[in-house]
Amino acid sequence: MRDIKSFVDAGVIGQFPGGIHPPERKQPANAIPLRRLPLPAELVLPLRQHIGPSGECLVKVGDQVLKGQQLTEAHLSQGLPLHAPTSGVITAIEERPTAHASGLPEMAVVLTPDGEERWSTSQPLPDYRQQDKASLIERIQSAGIAGLGGAGFPTAQKLAPQKPIQYLIINGVECEPYICADDRLMREKADEIVAGMEILQFISSAEHILLAIEDNKPEAIAAMQEAIDGKQHISLRIIPTKYPSGGEKQLIELLTGQQVPHHQLPLDIGLLMQNTGTAYAVKRAIIDGEPLLERVVTLTGEQMTQPGNVWALLGTPIEHLLEQGGFKATKSPRVIMGGPMMGFTLPITQVPVIKTTNCILTPTSQELPAAGPEMACIRCGACADVCPASLQPQQLQWLAKARDYDALEQQNLFDCIECGACAYVCPSEIPLVHYYRKAKAEIRNIAREKAKAELARQRFEKRQQRLEREKQERLERHRKAAEARKKMQQEKQQATNENESQPAEANKKPAQDKSSAVAAAIARAKAKKAAQQAAEDHDPKDTSS
Amino acid sequence: MSFRIAAAPHGHSQRRTSDMMRWVCYALIPGVLVQSYFFGAGVWMQIMLAIITAYVTESLCLVARNRDARSGLRDNTALVTAVLLAISIPTLAPWWIIVLGTAFAIVVVKHIYGGMGQNLFNPAMAGYVLLLVSFPVQMTNWLPPTTISQYDLTLWQTLHTILFEYTPAGYSVEQLRTTIDGITMATPLDTVKTALDQSYTLSEIYQRPQFSVLAGVGWQWVNLAFLLGGFILLQQRIISWHIPGGLLAGLLVPALLAHLFAPSIMPGPIFHALSGATMLGAFFIATDPVSAATSNKGRFIFGLMIGLLVWVIRSWGGYPDAVAFAVLLANLSVPLIDQYTRPKVYGHQSGGQNG
Repeated sequence: MRDIKSFVDAGVIGQFPGGIHPPERKQPANAIPLRRLPLPAELVLPLRQHIGPSGECLVKVGDQVLKGQQLTEAHLSQGLPLHAPTSGVITAIEERPTAHASGLPEMAVVLTPDGEERWSTSQPLPDYRQQDKASLIERIQSAGIAGLGGAGFPTAQKLAPQKPIQYLIINGVECEPYICADDRLMREKADEIVAGMEILQFISSAEHILLAIEDNKPEAIAAMQEAIDGKQHISLRIIPTKYPSGGEKQLIELLTGQQVPHHQLPLDIGLLMQNTGTAYAVKRAIIDGEPLLERVVTLTGEQMTQPGNVWALLGTPIEHLLEQGGFKATKSPRVIMGGPMMGFTLPITQVPVIKTTNCILTPTSQELPAAGPEMACIRCGACADVCPASLQPQQLQWLAKARDYDALEQQNLFDCIECGACAYVCPSEIPLVHYYRKAKAEIRNIAREKAKAELARQRFEKRQQRLEREKQERLERHRKAAEARKKMQQEKQQATNENESQPAEANKKPAQDKSSAVAAAIARAKAKKAAQQAAEDHDPKDTSS
Repeated sequence: MSFRIAAAPHGHSQRRTSDMMRWVCYALIPGVLVQSYFFGAGVWMQIMLAIITAYVTESLCLVARNRDARSGLRDNTALVTAVLLAISIPTLAPWWIIVLGTAFAIVVVKHIYGGMGQNLFNPAMAGYVLLLVSFPVQMTNWLPPTTISQYDLTLWQTLHTILFEYTPAGYSVEQLRTTIDGITMATPLDTVKTALDQSYTLSEIYQRPQFSVLAGVGWQWVNLAFLLGGFILLQQRIISWHIPGGLLAGLLVPALLAHLFAPSIMPGPIFHALSGATMLGAFFIATDPVSAATSNKGRFIFGLMIGLLVWVIRSWGGYPDAVAFAVLLANLSVPLIDQYTRPKVYGHQSGGQNG
């Protein structure tokens, strides 16, 4: 702790290993003011929009919904509710292609806007400092806010642990080429972002706020500088442009000189990081009472004739954005969701904007030439030189190709943040990240299979134990029944003998005879049933348990 | 409309393996020019022979291994191997020397080990060592620099000698190396080694005609020209400073210490730096990425090891120069070096070992 504090107090910027300087190409999109788009014909809202399970649907087809109305109930701690981005009618609840590299369908609510923008009731809360923190977290949760910078982790969950936070880091780095959504938002909504930062500070009880912006955004820096002027609890840190300095771990190293220890979270070393866009969303949710309905999306690439940043309602089909961006397709066009380093190409454009969609990039092949044929690795080490996690990408690549999963884990494959710096510099044009993703997926699969097999083994063993126990119990019952029978026969024998010698008791006999005959019959039936059951239990076809 | 699918990242730095290899060849030009000035145009003929052999054998190997020969040749790695071997051997060595060496380097050292990127040893140096141990006479017949030689061979005479081992007038290479006084001119490293064995002191040896202010006549300029080429590679970021830095440190620091301790029998760092294949080895041969260590720390250790071995073999070994042997020995140690020089992964306490 002491280390971080003295480092931050010194006001210096640290370094992280590796990194690259690809052409930034934030122009021309970053110079054009944010604009609003006409409503699309329909909005597609996948029930699952972020890390975590999907929520339960609260509406049905034909329902009239208001802007901001809750559409799903998040019943699990990891889930987030979804809201109607505008007023309209629910026209379908069905499987739709999603914003994923595969384009595979997922359940989605389809909303046809009525164009009236009628709001449902909202509860502004300008005086949030009077509230207790738990209720504010609850509010952020019910506003459906997820981290708008990267993976889309539910914001409330990041705030919930209430561990002591020394520094709240607001990430306005936006290091990936082309993307300038946060840049534009900082230029235009600096005050609201600062208000959001202060709410986050209030909730997390962070001692101090560090706002980090890359030095290639002078206008955003100036705007934020002005907005935090006179606020002693916020320090602006201008960091040199290098990809991927906006990665959570990398930015922490830059600002604090510390690395987040393996298997730990920033929280464990007293740090909390939120994106500027998230801070803005938090402000809207708390002070204005608006759930997360829209986000800034950068439309860029030379195939867009009208690039820029737009406010896109969640669920807006990418098709609509392309239309609004003046997309002019050339031969074999690429539509990339995200930036050029970590984004993925979309197979179809009927997929919706989700909470983590920050950029739609449509480059020409002159602009971002397609990868050439993969050549053999010459172990030049260029990848290792640029790896921000200090991994050995060339080694991982050999191991991934050899499917040596144990060695991959030993060489810390899972510390790879998939930033793509290695593949960017590889002179042999090996799609390194692709190999790592595949290997990671396979390792996870193997682990899942293993867990399943272990469960099956345990179940099998339990079943064997149960069968064995039942068998023993049965045998015990048989033994007891046999003993009882034997005893009864002896008694009967004795009785007959006695009868012969003592005719006076003869009148008792029929009753006794009758009862013992019944007992014997019951015992016989029981034995038969038990034998049948035993035969059934040993039937090899019986796999029901 | 169909959209093209691709894996991230979608951009790429515009430097490919073939470009890197081409830069290595460009950076060799100053050294080769100086070498051809001092040792005749034979070096260009050797380079041509080597390139032809390399391209023919590389294509044959690729075809035999069911690979696309045209794209395989385009990576320029065979070109670099050929050129490096051609400039390492004596300029008037018979044609079959370079053909044999190059073919061995490409076929056995490179392709039998799995082709590009898989070879354990530096192909050019493995080829060189094969030639040196098999044909020691041809491989040590270095002509004295033309500036102090009594013969000045024309292009035709050079070609004739490479093809038929005699000049058109019937002189052998051995005879060409002999001065008017009947003394065979050896390379500076060889001269120093032999003369020290004969109990001459260094100051006496340095009086001989093949020595100049810094080191051997001709050789010092060849080394300086390769040093210049090395700076080009560093400036172009084709290589990092770690291997050449380590190599020169490993060679020159012990040389300096030994020279201070015994100035009359241990040659100093300047002599070592500018003799034999020091600069060629430091910047062009040891830096072959395939057979070198990969982390920066590992690269420095790798270079250091080569430098130290060169100094040890030059000082006490049986051969006057030792870059090829040192490089091969260091190649053998690469897996071990790599194992112990893995950088600390982000957030881990200790090195890459399952931290």
